[in-house]
Amino acid sequence: MQIELNGKPHVVAEGADLAQLIAALDLTGKAVAVAVNRQVVPSQSWAGRMLVETDRVDVVRAIGGG
Amino acid sequence: MWCGRLAVGKVKMSDLPALSTDAGLTIAGETYGSRLLVGSGKYTDLDEMRAATEASGADIITVAIRRVNIGQDPHAPSLLDALPPLRYTILPNTAGCYNAEDAVYTLQLARELLHGHKLVKLEVLGDEKSLFPNMPETLKAAAMLVKDGFDVMVYCSDDPVQARMLEDLGVAALMPLASLIGSGMGILNPWNLSLIIEQSNIPVLVDAGVGTASDAAIAMELGCAGVLMNTAIAGARDPVRMARAMKLAVAAGREAFLAGRIAKRFAASPSSPMAGRMT
Repeated sequence: MQIELNGKPHVVAEGADLAQLIAALDLTGKAVAVAVNRQVVPSQSWAGRMLVETDRVDVVRAIGGG
Repeated sequence: MWCGRLAVGKVKMSDLPALSTDAGLTIAGETYGSRLLVGSGKYTDLDEMRAATEASGADIITVAIRRVNIGQDPHAPSLLDALPPLRYTILPNTAGCYNAEDAVYTLQLARELLHGHKLVKLEVLGDEKSLFPNMPETLKAAAMLVKDGFDVMVYCSDDPVQARMLEDLGVAALMPLASLIGSGMGILNPWNLSLIIEQSNIPVLVDAGVGTASDAAIAMELGCAGVLMNTAIAGARDPVRMARAMKLAVAAGREAFLAGRIAKRFAASPSSPMAGRMT
C-alpha cells in the first residue's frame, strides 16, 4: 500500500498503523512529531491510527534555525 | 546614525530609581534572566552551536521545524539533545512559511514535539529576496494561534499601526525587524522602533538585522525589552567570542537605558569647572 511520507511516495504493509511506520523508520522514542493529512497525531495515539492509501504523513523534528 | 531617543518615551527617566536592578524579561508571565535571545542556525556543528549559546547567556533559543530526512541515520545527535531542556526555553519558529495556514500547522507540530510547549515565534514571510514579513498573513496567523492557546512572539514589520493590531489580537511580544534578516545592517529606523516601544504594553524585541555588538546596544538603549539574533553570532569569525560580546552589549545597552542618557546638544559643554583657573 502506498502512502505519502514527507512529500514522497512510501510503501507500507496493508493494515499498518502509525506506530509501526515510526518503528520501521527507526524513530521510536526519538524527538519527532507526526501529522496525518495535516492533523497532528499525538504520540500516544500512533498505535491504532491505521494508515490508508493516500494518507499524507509528515514526520518532523527540530533543527537549527533563527 | 542613531539620533537619540524620542523625547516622548514611555518610561520617564525621573520615575526610575537611581540604581534600579533589572528584574529580567517577562514574556507571557514567565521571567527570563537574559534579554538576549539567540537562534541555533548556521553553525558549523552542534558543538559550536552549544558553545556559542552558552557564551551568549541566553535563556530562549529558537529552532526550526523541518521534515525528517527519511533514510538518514536516525541515531545521529539531534539539536534537542544538544540543548538541555532544563536550562533553555526552546522557541520553535515558522521560518520558511509564506502563509498563515503553513505557519499554524508548523507550530501545532512543534507543540506536539515539545510536549505542549506554548511559547512560539511566528514569522510569515512575504518575499524570498528580502524575507520581509507578509503582514496580512502574519495578522491572520497570529489570530489563529492566540485562539488556539499559543503565546505568540511575532516577527513583524516596524509599522506602528500593524504592531498595535498585533497587540490587540493578544500576542505575547512584538519583534519588529531592525533591518533585513541576516543582513547585519543594524538599526536602520530607530524612530519607528521608538514609536512601537512607546505605544506598546507588551515586550518589544528587535528581531533581525543586528550585525555587531553596538547594534544590540542601540536596540536596548532605545528601550527594547530584548534582542533576538542568529546570523550575527553564528556568522562571526569567532562565534563564541561574538556571543559573549552580544551578551555584554545587551546588558550595557539596558543599563544605559535605565541610567538615562544625556540630551544631545550642538554646543560644547566643558567638563572641568571654569573657576580657579591659573590663567
